[in-house]
Amino acid sequence: MSRLVILDARLVDGSGELGRGDVVVEDGRIAALGEGVGAGVQADRTVLAGGRTLTPALIDLHAHLREPGQEVKEDLASGLAAAAAGGFGTVVSMANTSPVVDEPGLVADLVAKADALRVGGRGAARLRPAASLSHGLRGQALTDFAALQAAGAVMITDDGIPVADGRLMRSACEYARDLGLVVQTHSEDPSLRGDGVMNEGIVSQELGLPGNPTAAEAVMVARDCEVALLTGARVHIAHVSCKRAMQVIEHYKALGAPVTCEVTPHHLTLTDEALRSFDPVFKVAPPLRTADDVAYLRDAVRRGVVDSIGTDHAPHTRAEKELDLGSAPFGLPNIEVALPLLYTRLVLAGELGETDLLRLLQDGPAEVMGWPAPRLEVGAPADLVLIDLEDERAVEPERFRSKAKFSPWAGERLRGWPWLTLIDGEVAFEAPEAVV
Amino acid sequence: MATVQIEVPTSARERKRNLLDFADWTADEIGALFDTADVMAQVLTRTIKKVPALQGFTVGTLFFEDSTRTRLSFERAARAQSADVISFASGGSSLSKGESLKDTLRTIDQMQADLYVVRHACAGVPHQIARWTEASVVNAGDGRRSHPTQALLDAYTFRGRFPGFDGFAGKRLAIVGDVMHSRVARSNVELWRKLGGEVVLCGPPPLLPPDVAPGVARTHRLEEALEGAHAVMALRLQRERMASPLLPSATEYVARYQVTETALELAHPDALVMHPGPLNRDIEIASEVADGPRSVIEAQVAAGVPIRMAVLYTLLVGKR
Repeated sequence: MSRLVILDARLVDGSGELGRGDVVVEDGRIAALGEGVGAGVQADRTVLAGGRTLTPALIDLHAHLREPGQEVKEDLASGLAAAAAGGFGTVVSMANTSPVVDEPGLVADLVAKADALRVGGRGAARLRPAASLSHGLRGQALTDFAALQAAGAVMITDDGIPVADGRLMRSACEYARDLGLVVQTHSEDPSLRGDGVMNEGIVSQELGLPGNPTAAEAVMVARDCEVALLTGARVHIAHVSCKRAMQVIEHYKALGAPVTCEVTPHHLTLTDEALRSFDPVFKVAPPLRTADDVAYLRDAVRRGVVDSIGTDHAPHTRAEKELDLGSAPFGLPNIEVALPLLYTRLVLAGELGETDLLRLLQDGPAEVMGWPAPRLEVGAPADLVLIDLEDERAVEPERFRSKAKFSPWAGERLRGWPWLTLIDGEVAFEAPEAVV
Repeated sequence: MATVQIEVPTSARERKRNLLDFADWTADEIGALFDTADVMAQVLTRTIKKVPALQGFTVGTLFFEDSTRTRLSFERAARAQSADVISFASGGSSLSKGESLKDTLRTIDQMQADLYVVRHACAGVPHQIARWTEASVVNAGDGRRSHPTQALLDAYTFRGRFPGFDGFAGKRLAIVGDVMHSRVARSNVELWRKLGGEVVLCGPPPLLPPDVAPGVARTHRLEEALEGAHAVMALRLQRERMASPLLPSATEYVARYQVTETALELAHPDALVMHPGPLNRDIEIASEVADGPRSVIEAQVAAGVPIRMAVLYTLLVGKR
């Protein structure tokens, strides 16, 4: 039996503040928790939390881990280690790899590899892979959802490429509903999006860069919500970036459509003004929008319209991001800074409560997937993160576990860094500062 | 070689490092550049059309997008001042060759050029390159964004050719055509307004969206744009846009937006007609207008070398 004890932590979960106390972890589960329960307990490892915040490990329903085939950008080992360093215990990986994860064998391979990474505490979050909706992300023929689910896929999505064909989307939702699978959508109308590399607006016109209008996102969100209404399938709208798309979602939620939605750390903190630098690090899909949109997304978060925060961690090589804005790929790495970024910019700024933020990274994504809400309670899996809310530290991309060692927030001083992440009771991440 | 000294205005000697757009250039600095171009134009009328002003400097032309005319004009401008010229030309993205733009630049930078002339199909590349090198950078056209030497030679031509020219204040430039995709339009708007002139933009709705150049007059009616204009610039309409989701047909465009003699009757009596080239004759501009007495299209082309000489001189001299 392995035992780990955490002494004197501030305990918080989706049910609220649980006061200060100790947690005893045995064989990957919480064996005891409360004031003084850890005193004198013999353990393989004792962590002095010193009043830091202990909470269930975070859940990310949206990360690009690039394996198989794009290991130059990221692989399971680096991506899942980065996730653990970001405080995430569970990650849903996207299927837009090479080859695309569209066959059960590929799903099973990912699950087996990720399980192997966790043996011996090598520092990796749990992987729950998504599988693609269409073969090869070509948007023509459905994949075999039942077989993919049996192999371990928890979500169906062509994320990275919008499903242009409405009939295909409908069929996908009909199958997904029957199987109880969540369909996640990358909702942008391809023809309206065109060759846009940034938000269409005053800034794109001034910079002479092809724009991608919010209408491209809003009309596709509307279609996807209608299909959810039509079929009854659980549709999760990924990375909502603008006011108009969010208003469409609010409309359909009010109608009772089975729709949930996600926002990302970057769409909550950056605007299209960042493109004035002409730095392709800021090129993402959907694009960074205006300050008005950011304000609206934050308001939607406060009003409970947003179900989850997903990172859309999308690593690329530095060389790919040192191309011109037209050629550089979409996406930025953020899984290691998401929590401190949002804690600093939203919670410390007084825009969002701390427990509200945690809810969007724990209970929220669990509810989207129909998983049990993660709780600090006896018998629960010991997927835990200890967070230092006081220590202020600059974002240092060169320290990332991710292979993508660059960041839009490089040099920015943030608070709320993960101190220790446990997965199945094993230490998956420990801040260098935590090692005495 | 003729060792003829050239006289340049003192204000032009306050060296600026780059010409990426006009954001950090003042109207006075641009005026001094025009005065320098006058001197350069005079040099080009001499028997020996060469001065040693940039001897020992190396100018690198980095053309990631084809443009023989602009490249030749810059190379002539460099050589007429005795600079050495190195040329790099590459179509498409450098990623297709497995190399990032930054790595490409690093390699070229080993040649120790003092100034790069950069043309790229994507906006912002000259700005990126300026961050990665110590050399000066001149934007020779980046995507839809900016083509500052074209705007300079347009304004310079107007300054030299408009009868009784007494400054840009109160002078109206009408730009007609595919404004949305045009770096020439964006640069001219920026420069003309900086010099104190007025601009009115005109084109079909899909090619002149509302958020182009906020604060600049705009109309979808050619007659409104041309009324009282002192200069009329027709923009090239690229063939692939003529029948596309953007426009119904070339016929429709010609009927509503072609700059014709009849339409020009509404303009100022001395109005000049300009075109950045290359021309689609009888599409955006009637042949009789392009070849007519108001046309200064050839003068624009002729202004290219002296303006670019002045830009290179202004950015390089005083550097060592």
